[in-house]
Amino acid sequence: MVTTVKSRGYRVFQGINAVILTGVVIVTLYPFVNIIARSFSDERHIVAGQVNFFPRGFNVKTYQLVVSDPMFWTNYRNTVVYTVVATAIAMVLTTCYAYVLSKKHLKGRTGLIWVAIFTMIFSGGLIPQYVLVNSLGLTNSIWAIVLPNAISVFNLLVMKAFFEGLPRDLEEAAAIDGLNTYGILWRIVLPLSKAVIATMVLFYAVSFWNSWFTAFLYLNEQDLFPVTIYLRNLIAGATGAESAGAALSEVSAAAANIQAVTIMLTVLPILAVYPFVQRYFVSGVMLGAVKG
Amino acid sequence: MATEPASRSEAMSTRGMSTTLDDPPPGTRPARPDPGRRRRAKPGTWRHALRRDWQLYSLVILPLLFFLIFRYAPMLGNVIAFRRFEPGGSIFGESWVGLRYVEMFLSDPTFWTVFSNTLILGGLTLLFCFPLPIVLALLLNEVRSRRMKRFLQSVSYLPHFLSMVIVAALVMQMLAIDGPINQIVKAFGGEATPFIQKAEWFRTIFVSSEVWQTVGWGTILYLAALTTIDEQLYEAARMDGAGRWRQIWHVTLPGIRPTAVTLLILNLGTFMATGFEKVLLLYNPLTYPTADVITTYLYRMGVESSSMSYAAAIGLFEALVGVVLIVSANFISRRTVGTGLW
Repeated sequence: MVTTVKSRGYRVFQGINAVILTGVVIVTLYPFVNIIARSFSDERHIVAGQVNFFPRGFNVKTYQLVVSDPMFWTNYRNTVVYTVVATAIAMVLTTCYAYVLSKKHLKGRTGLIWVAIFTMIFSGGLIPQYVLVNSLGLTNSIWAIVLPNAISVFNLLVMKAFFEGLPRDLEEAAAIDGLNTYGILWRIVLPLSKAVIATMVLFYAVSFWNSWFTAFLYLNEQDLFPVTIYLRNLIAGATGAESAGAALSEVSAAAANIQAVTIMLTVLPILAVYPFVQRYFVSGVMLGAVKG
Repeated sequence: MATEPASRSEAMSTRGMSTTLDDPPPGTRPARPDPGRRRRAKPGTWRHALRRDWQLYSLVILPLLFFLIFRYAPMLGNVIAFRRFEPGGSIFGESWVGLRYVEMFLSDPTFWTVFSNTLILGGLTLLFCFPLPIVLALLLNEVRSRRMKRFLQSVSYLPHFLSMVIVAALVMQMLAIDGPINQIVKAFGGEATPFIQKAEWFRTIFVSSEVWQTVGWGTILYLAALTTIDEQLYEAARMDGAGRWRQIWHVTLPGIRPTAVTLLILNLGTFMATGFEKVLLLYNPLTYPTADVITTYLYRMGVESSSMSYAAAIGLFEALVGVVLIVSANFISRRTVGTGLW
């Protein structure tokens, strides 16, 4: 389309397009700019509604206040632990199942695929799941966080599609050399799948890092909370919704600068790695889309 | 590795005793170098498959347990919608009560409020969040500088990576009485409004934050589809005298139609569960009249008030409506476009 004659109408269109897309960029980024400005501002200026693009009454006292709360760090550490353990479990289960599903000759393969796909169409629902996790005695333990969502069917199908695309001769050669199925998976298939494994690890890690509802349902001891629940309890005061009763959160429900700092500190790791991992996500989505 | 000798000797011992010569079916990795190997079990039987692929089958045990325990057991657990449930008792309930809980929610006026709220929020979300990514993708596609395009994509994908809690926190900061939106309102001479506590504003807030969060990411598949459209089609359209708009209408849009249909089906399938987590984070008793949806209602009924059977009955209804939606969307798409999800 670059070859078209650049008519006047086209140049006008390009101008309008530039304006619209600039608007999109501003609207997307402005909330972050505002939060940064608020987090460094003096509370008086925030309450007076004077903070938008730049901090007013610049200070880092609020940061010092938030990082001095030991519960914040306990919850942050929980998020890291939950993310690492959950991702590890999810990767093992997903890889094993996806590898088996990728073997087209396997008897019962269609059935195994439908076991997974059916859960996408019909889900058991919140209440039976809640009753189940409670009756298994997982409440208030890490297992309530890492087990109920251990396999994402979308990720499973992405991995299956990738394994199906691997050349078969390598596996056949390995079998002739006397490797069994486990050896082939571990020594031949996985080393060839580094790209898709990296993508899957990121998919899972981000979703576990961001998750809050599972923790909200199954954890009610403050020192088990992930940092998302810490933040949720801070903002819950602002909606007037039922507060889960964290000590700092109740005092500071009104303090906008504390909310802003906590948002900043929670979102920072995501913003820091985002530029480097973004392309893996895009390629993962493509891979999934090809399969459907 | 340790299991290898065992399986080999097993294969040895069966050799010569079997009556059928079985070549591995196409797609099989030959397990042994000996092509003329014989086996006892007939090909195609379970016994044969298990003997040949038991190592593969062993890999599915843990994932299958996951699906059975955490996906299929809760599906069966839905029977508590028709049974009396006691906390601490069986997860499948104690005794049959028939359709008592179904009748109960059908005659519950709150249920019908949350039902229509769900339809309205889902409908509005679909109305905006389905077409806007197409528009944005078309606009991005017209950006000629590659670096600029990549920058724009990176920025617009960003909100997708944020936790729902962070999105909700950002929304509240934006809408706070001292926040930027109210600053604008006041600059135009208006009165600062606590939007988050106004039922009449909830739908606007919900849908615009949904747009903010999802539209950029939603362009990915369309942008990919756009690059696959054959340049010759545009060439031919130009030869026929088509201007830019007609090229978009006759070449670009048909080119991305399969993608659009697939995404529409996916959106319809999740219609009933629209933004439940976000509603839970953003709503409050003041906004219940417009904000409360089926899932938040059954969450309060079940988890907070411990009426498990009642909540399960509502949840089952919701899930069934979801199934009907996704199955019929898939059916329609197969009929009209020729492709579906399955």
